[in-house]
Amino acid sequence: MAPLDPPATDGARPPLLAVALVSASALGYEVLLLRLFSIIQWHNFTYMIISLALLGYGVSGTFLALAGDWIERRFTALFAVNAVLFGLTAPSCFFLAQRVPFNLLELLWNPKQPFYLALLYLLLAVPFLCAANCIGLTFCRFRGRIGRIYGSDLFGAGAGALGMVALLFVLMPVDALKALGAAGFAAAALSLVAGGVRHRWIGLSLFLAALVFPLLLSGPWAELRLSPYKGLSQALQVFGTRIEAVRSGPLGLLTVVESPRIPFRHAPGLSIRSPFEPPEQLGVFTDGGALSVINRHDGRGPVPEYLDYLTSALPYHLLQKPSVLVLGSGGGSDVLLAVFHQARRIDAVEVNAQMVDLLEKDFAPFSGRPYNRRKVRVHIAEARGFTATGDQQYDLIQIALVDAFGAASAGLHALNENYLYTLEAMEGFLARLAPGGLVAITRWLKLPPRDSLKLFATAAQALARSRVARPGRSLALIRGFKTTTLLVKNDAFSHSEITSIRRFCEERSFDVAYVPGIAPSEANRYNLLELPYFHDGAAALLGPAGADFIKRYKYDIRPATDDRPYFFNYFKWPLFGELYSLRGRGGFGLLEWGYPVLALTLLQAFIIALALIPLPLWAGRRIGKGDGGPRPNKRVFLYFLCLGFAFLFIEIAFIQKFILFLASPVYAAAVVLCGFLVFAGLGSLFSDRLGVRANPSVYPVAGIAFVAVVYLFLLPPLFQGLATQPLAAKLTVSLLLIAPLAFCMGLPFPLGLGRLGREGAGLIPWAWAINGCASVLGAVLASLLAIEFGFTVVILVAVGLYGIAAASFPVSTAAANSGTPADGV
Amino acid sequence: MRDLSAAVFPSSCPVAGVPVSRLVGGRRRGLGLWPMLTLLGVLSFAWPPMAAGTEEYQAKARLSMVEKIASLATVTQRETGRKAFGSAVMEAMAEVPRHRFVPEEVRAMAYRNRPLPIGHGQTISQPYIVALMTDLLALTPQAKVLEVGTGSGYQAAVLAQLVSQVLTIEIVEPLGRLAEERLKRLGYGNIKVRVGDGYYGWKENAPFDAIIVTAVASHVPPPLVRQLKPGGRMVIPVGERFLVQYLTVVEKSMDGRVISRQILPVRFVPLTGGH
Repeated sequence: MAPLDPPATDGARPPLLAVALVSASALGYEVLLLRLFSIIQWHNFTYMIISLALLGYGVSGTFLALAGDWIERRFTALFAVNAVLFGLTAPSCFFLAQRVPFNLLELLWNPKQPFYLALLYLLLAVPFLCAANCIGLTFCRFRGRIGRIYGSDLFGAGAGALGMVALLFVLMPVDALKALGAAGFAAAALSLVAGGVRHRWIGLSLFLAALVFPLLLSGPWAELRLSPYKGLSQALQVFGTRIEAVRSGPLGLLTVVESPRIPFRHAPGLSIRSPFEPPEQLGVFTDGGALSVINRHDGRGPVPEYLDYLTSALPYHLLQKPSVLVLGSGGGSDVLLAVFHQARRIDAVEVNAQMVDLLEKDFAPFSGRPYNRRKVRVHIAEARGFTATGDQQYDLIQIALVDAFGAASAGLHALNENYLYTLEAMEGFLARLAPGGLVAITRWLKLPPRDSLKLFATAAQALARSRVARPGRSLALIRGFKTTTLLVKNDAFSHSEITSIRRFCEERSFDVAYVPGIAPSEANRYNLLELPYFHDGAAALLGPAGADFIKRYKYDIRPATDDRPYFFNYFKWPLFGELYSLRGRGGFGLLEWGYPVLALTLLQAFIIALALIPLPLWAGRRIGKGDGGPRPNKRVFLYFLCLGFAFLFIEIAFIQKFILFLASPVYAAAVVLCGFLVFAGLGSLFSDRLGVRANPSVYPVAGIAFVAVVYLFLLPPLFQGLATQPLAAKLTVSLLLIAPLAFCMGLPFPLGLGRLGREGAGLIPWAWAINGCASVLGAVLASLLAIEFGFTVVILVAVGLYGIAAASFPVSTAAANSGTPADGV
Repeated sequence: MRDLSAAVFPSSCPVAGVPVSRLVGGRRRGLGLWPMLTLLGVLSFAWPPMAAGTEEYQAKARLSMVEKIASLATVTQRETGRKAFGSAVMEAMAEVPRHRFVPEEVRAMAYRNRPLPIGHGQTISQPYIVALMTDLLALTPQAKVLEVGTGSGYQAAVLAQLVSQVLTIEIVEPLGRLAEERLKRLGYGNIKVRVGDGYYGWKENAPFDAIIVTAVASHVPPPLVRQLKPGGRMVIPVGERFLVQYLTVVEKSMDGRVISRQILPVRFVPLTGGH
């Protein structure tokens, strides 16, 4: 049995402020790593790398077990050293990680790459290990005050989530990283002050170090190194290109590039019969990829005519001087297209204010200020949020091609939740159309078709749900060399409109994939496919066996919904096997990587967790003094495992639901996350009052189950009713709704840990490791479950897991039998 | 023992009058590929193993690569319309020393059927894809070919084995200069390299019998279509670096009409149990 020291009664106080600061820094670091890796690599792998690095939390259990008695005697020093180490390693491990020649695009081909990837995990796990050590040490040392410590931990995490987003408004990502380094030193200093260290100069010099340390991190090694395969790196290879401006914010890093010698000529899918060329353009890269362009225009003269030779120009050939809503207007090309076609009103919605500023302020002479033209109104908003409010009706809702082809073709967005292309979104767009109006959506062309067909199926279902008797009469799909454009009408297409579509395509050598009454022979004329896949797919989806077609299709083309918002995921497991066998012929080019990477993340995390979870027990026994050390206990294992999973499941699922409701940029999401953590922290503070009962976890678990299930029914109508309210009101409602749920969720962990603190302290490191590993696995598994079954299922599973946790609460058996306390928990 | 030479060099395909490797010959040149490989195998037992990196070693690796491409090609008929790649294309693949076109650090992998990084964020395509793209150009020995995106120069070298003249344009200056120097050193006298903008083709030498665009293109450049001779073909791979998703083949008929075909590099039917 592990040494069972009584909880600290020496009057020492836990360094709550330092715990909060470390926790804030660790969560800030997590958010920041997501940003940094999205810039230098690609988003999906970022997720994998950070998930695995978070297993540093799992490792810290072993550290705590090894520290043993030292925790009592040397707590202050151990805490301070770990906080300083966090400060040192948070920036330096990232800079070192940048030096690892990891190239995800080569992962399939180069046997060295998996090792580089593992090296990245190891490097980035170090800061998380140090942060987790600080918190775990405090739990072990102050076992009687678990509720307060966990409360500080959660408050800190909440502040970190919000603080980092705020910081990214004012600092470049790399400077925010240096600031985190400083926070580590400051936390160490705070802990020394709280610990009443005699030598004050140590604390003082640590505060000074916090000020000086960020200044030391300079030089070329402390700059961001983008993968050479990202669009920005490639553009900068071209002779004469130069960076004209950089704007950083939580929504992304915008880099404006000028290429005077060899113009960008970015015109996705431009017809080969176009007599016009794109004018001079500035490239705007978001996070080093996702190129959009600003066309040179004097603001008065004729608009670049090449725009009319893109597939996205189709709707204008069916409408006369329409009122237009452009969603995702970015560099302004779609606004210019609307101007070209003499739209009588143009509402442009762009989520990133910095992008609009680039056009309207920084590069106004170049862009001709498209957003400042007569009839054009620009709105800084998220697309879904904008269409949910107001009552303006439009003749055309144009959804621009906002994501980069490269990322789309490699499936690198596969796991991003996206609420723009869901069934509910489509219904919302249709509801905003004037009679005879059109929704036009342009996507990159993929072969074999997947997103075009998924969108087609979505539109067909949305029309059917809007009581359109024959959806097939309201749909049209065309395709060019690299793009497809889907038209959805809230009425049947007329003969003359169908003729206009045909003429538009004929003049530009685009193919009509589907219009009402199309003959199969018509669908494959200019861009010949072996079979007219797009037409056949569209026809099958509209036919009586549409559902069967979706089932038999090798890609997942089920319409995305708000509950399962993964439009970009087309993965089905049998596909992987087939394409793997075709890899020699380039089969992997036909696969989106998001899902398999996530599954791989889960597998790796699972294997590592299997190794990490027993380690604290082993370590505890090694340092145990002849009493055999802590013994594994099924109830403790189940309790902390289920809690780790369930907390993350509920947190992730509900945050997604609130993000959709708020439909506002990243800071609203940060407020929600912060609210979640802070209310959970409050719950944790309350936990000390419940701890005396035999199984106190029953109460919060019942509360969680009740609130979660009620919310499943309550939230959809409530959110719909409140959709048009201003953001501030929506945020208030969100926080009020989160409060009871999060409060209850903050209770079970400190209750369990508190029980261990009283009756089986030797198992605290083990519980800490189990919870750390389960949190990582939980986050990954939540995404996988949501992709397959939707967030509602994730919530229901979480409720079940909470139930199992409550049933396996480490009940005190001291009264029931005479076993040792460690056995008894 | 199966005679693989039939798969590599189907006798039905016309052989272009191009330099032919001394190591590899079509069936009509007497020594088939398989007996050749057997002989090499015997030799490798009889003599001490060849040191990795020697020319003999690379030649052997190259043969094995060609064999691999041939075996893969037989199953792509449905998508490419070909049971096997043209014998001239395969001979060119067997001839060009791919290991001379890749950086030292990846030389050992030069003949694997995989794309390789060549620096400056650029790649050299998977040999199978190189063979496929070359084959799709349907070249005649007299053809004049334009390549946009020289990269390492490997694709140009393969083309130069097949046609009288290759003109190639590279947008990244250091890459273009390196490729020019390399091609000169390897004795490819029928290749001209230019560093610059490929969008407008190479007007002084237009029109071309074939054009291959290996650079990233958001659209098919209309000026290039104009520089294509009637009856000519243009091939453009579409996808991400390291991963080609599909190939676009633009054909200009004798009457000037332009159509394009989009071809998957693999045989893949998107419906299970069907069609």
